[in-house]
Amino acid sequence: MDELQQFKQTFFQECEELLGDLEGNLMSMESGDFDVETLHAAFRAIHSIKGGAGAFGFERLVNFAHTFETVLDLMREDKVPADEDNVAVMLRSGDIITDLVKAAQDEEDLEPGYETETAKELAVLAQAGGAEVDDISDLDDAGGDLDDEIEGLDFEPVAVSLDEDDDGDDAAAAPAAEPVAEGGADLSNPMESFKIRFVPSTEMLQRANEPLLLVRELKATGNLRVTCDMESLPRLADLDASSAYLAWDFELDTRQGREAIDDIFEFVEGDCDLTITNLSEQAAPAQEEAAAAPEPESAVAPEPEPTPVPTEGPKQEKKAETPPPAAAKPKAAAAPKKEAGGAPAKKAVSAASAIRVDVDKVDKLVNMVGELVITQAMLDMQSGMIPSDEYPELISGLEELAQHTRELQDSVMAIRAQPVKSVFARMPRLVREVAAKVNKKVTLKTVGENTEIDKTVIEQLGDPLTHMIRNAIDHGLEPPEEREAAGKSKEGTIVLSAEHRGGRILIEIKDDGRGINREKVLAKAVERGVVQEGAQLADEEIDNLVFQPGFSTADEVTDLSGRGVGMDVVVRNIQNLGGRVNIRSTPGEGSTFSLTLPLTLAVLDGMVVRVGTETYVLPLANIIESLRPLEQDIHSVMGEGDVLKIRGEYIQLVYLHRHFRIPDGIADPSKGLVVIVETEGGAMVGLVVDEIVGQQQVVIKSLEENFGAIQGVAGATILGTGKVALILDVAGLKAMSDKERKGRKPKEIPAAAPPAIESSAPGA
Amino acid sequence: MTKRILTVDDSKTMLDMLAFTLKGAGYDVLQAENGQEGLDVLAKEGHVDVIISDINMPVMGGITFIKNVRQNSAYNATPILILTTESSAAKKQEGREAGATGWIVKPFDPQKLLAVVQKVSPDF
Repeated sequence: MDELQQFKQTFFQECEELLGDLEGNLMSMESGDFDVETLHAAFRAIHSIKGGAGAFGFERLVNFAHTFETVLDLMREDKVPADEDNVAVMLRSGDIITDLVKAAQDEEDLEPGYETETAKELAVLAQAGGAEVDDISDLDDAGGDLDDEIEGLDFEPVAVSLDEDDDGDDAAAAPAAEPVAEGGADLSNPMESFKIRFVPSTEMLQRANEPLLLVRELKATGNLRVTCDMESLPRLADLDASSAYLAWDFELDTRQGREAIDDIFEFVEGDCDLTITNLSEQAAPAQEEAAAAPEPESAVAPEPEPTPVPTEGPKQEKKAETPPPAAAKPKAAAAPKKEAGGAPAKKAVSAASAIRVDVDKVDKLVNMVGELVITQAMLDMQSGMIPSDEYPELISGLEELAQHTRELQDSVMAIRAQPVKSVFARMPRLVREVAAKVNKKVTLKTVGENTEIDKTVIEQLGDPLTHMIRNAIDHGLEPPEEREAAGKSKEGTIVLSAEHRGGRILIEIKDDGRGINREKVLAKAVERGVVQEGAQLADEEIDNLVFQPGFSTADEVTDLSGRGVGMDVVVRNIQNLGGRVNIRSTPGEGSTFSLTLPLTLAVLDGMVVRVGTETYVLPLANIIESLRPLEQDIHSVMGEGDVLKIRGEYIQLVYLHRHFRIPDGIADPSKGLVVIVETEGGAMVGLVVDEIVGQQQVVIKSLEENFGAIQGVAGATILGTGKVALILDVAGLKAMSDKERKGRKPKEIPAAAPPAIESSAPGA
Repeated sequence: MTKRILTVDDSKTMLDMLAFTLKGAGYDVLQAENGQEGLDVLAKEGHVDVIISDINMPVMGGITFIKNVRQNSAYNATPILILTTESSAAKKQEGREAGATGWIVKPFDPQKLLAVVQKVSPDF
């Protein structure tokens, strides 16, 4: 254990310094030229040496240092005089400490009893000074009372159980059935019921002890029912935010015993009224005996049979005994290693079955799995060329590999996924604050808080959500009077929801306010030159104009969101995550912001297309449909390029072969394919390609490190063929195409713009 | 959102070992060698999620340090853990009265340390 060596080195270096200081201090004491500061310094030196020594298990050193330190402590408090004789003892002690440290460093033992004489002298002084010292004769025994002092460095490997059904109902658990403080939630522990009354004091809160955390911990130990006692809660006007008024009554069913509960309240004991009653004890004292620990020998038996516990015990045992006995053996094998220390496998279970892992490690893992997927895809391809009757095992082996790889990939992706709850949790408060500020009444409903999203995405979600909710409250919802006048309820409602949809995450913020004022928005857009005067825009397009930079139709700049700098930044941030933002609105009824985000950032469902000799990948989520158009549906618009007429609308065509300068791409759309894709803003273009090669999940590799951001290209991937394919960015392509067509107005919405077609599923 | 923990102890060995355990578990670690330095670090760095402090230190000891921290309302809800070599109830009480949230006994068991940190400042 290299780090241990390093720490030891640091420790001994430190000791050298400390001993040097100590020497100086002791000299001062000897010459009589010292003050209380000298004593403080001496104390601290020994104290530090003792601390470090304890960490490394240098018992003799610790023991001695402890008594030495005690005397110095008493001396600095003037409970032991620093007279000549005593100082002499100090000096001798200093020498001994130095020797003990050196012995520890050289890993050689001083002869037994080396320090005993002086240790006894110190003990005498300590006792005289009023300190509690164990029987002096005990000092001969190197063990001493150390075990009380030192919580030894137990680098015992904690067997972490990641089994999903390990919620304590596993009969295969280690049968060390003594009620264990943490974990040990196995069936041989009886289920006990406790009644707990918990009344925190104001002091408790002042010490940053959060009642909520304690309640959560209680909940994790078993079945918890909570009642809050609000009797002492004063009127709002008399409420002091930093005082404690609430009390709680808990009923807890747990197998973890009283110690677990004591443990939870360990830090707050003196700062609250706490009454814990073991109801089971009163009910059936016999149960306690029944729960007496069966010996670890029974661990060897495949199905450990704990002593029959009356009432609930047996039923659950029987039920849970059916899990394969094979599981019992590895756990049972683990048990004998532990003794009264308790079942390690179970410890992890009750302590919220989780491990902290460095995000970097997870990223690395995700990366490696990505590479694995690529390699496996290549193998897959190759296997397709092997005649199936020649190497049947190889083929079926590769199929199995494909299956396992998929499962592995899913699992790894799931590791990074977290419920959105954490982000949603901040919203109620935000809503309250904002609503208060603008004097509106707002209710917030959240749906789908347990929807899981990649951790990095979650982190980025907070700001956009905050901004959009603020927006909804500030601009979307009407003041109560206006709502009443319009026949609505006084209270506006905002529904915040998250769900998985079509391989992506859909987050919506829906309000029942006044909707978007389209005239105002359009006027503002024209005023800012974002839209041409007289342009015909579909309703949804006008709505989405609010995402343009600098856009705000607030009459006064409220200090919340009226400055109009936020929205486009929000959109860009979401887009950077690979997501899209959209808004739909019905005047008078409300608006809905939609965010779609990829499930994970690293993997993409893509459609592989070919243009000439090049292959590209289009994100499946952007694809509306693909078709081979008829010649007559292709029109040339003067000065603008080609459009495709489809279902009465016109869609701008983008020729990828021209765009990427591929010489042999198909130029005539009616001889190739048009893939209709939708950008974030809801606008559509038709990409002209030669053919669709297929659909597959691709691992996204970023090009930014080497090439910087390239418009139109979102990244790259390696296909099963081993070829590199660029992943296209639809919005970028459209922007570039627009630029070409119109000259110099990159943000302009084309006049003959197609509406967003709610179309069928992407072609597959 | 990586959590930041401020560790205050006059023993370099202790600071190193704390840092090793805490960093290994994914926390960011700030260090100070005594209470005064601890206050300086807080003033400079602003927010921390947990504070772990020794008691006996030169210049400014742990008890004074904690009292000072508690006077700043910005740290009202910040858990403070004292490192104590004694299991003595008196020391714990003294720490508590100064405003400490809880304690860790030195020398510390790395698992226990992490468990206590999780206890007072859990990830949700």
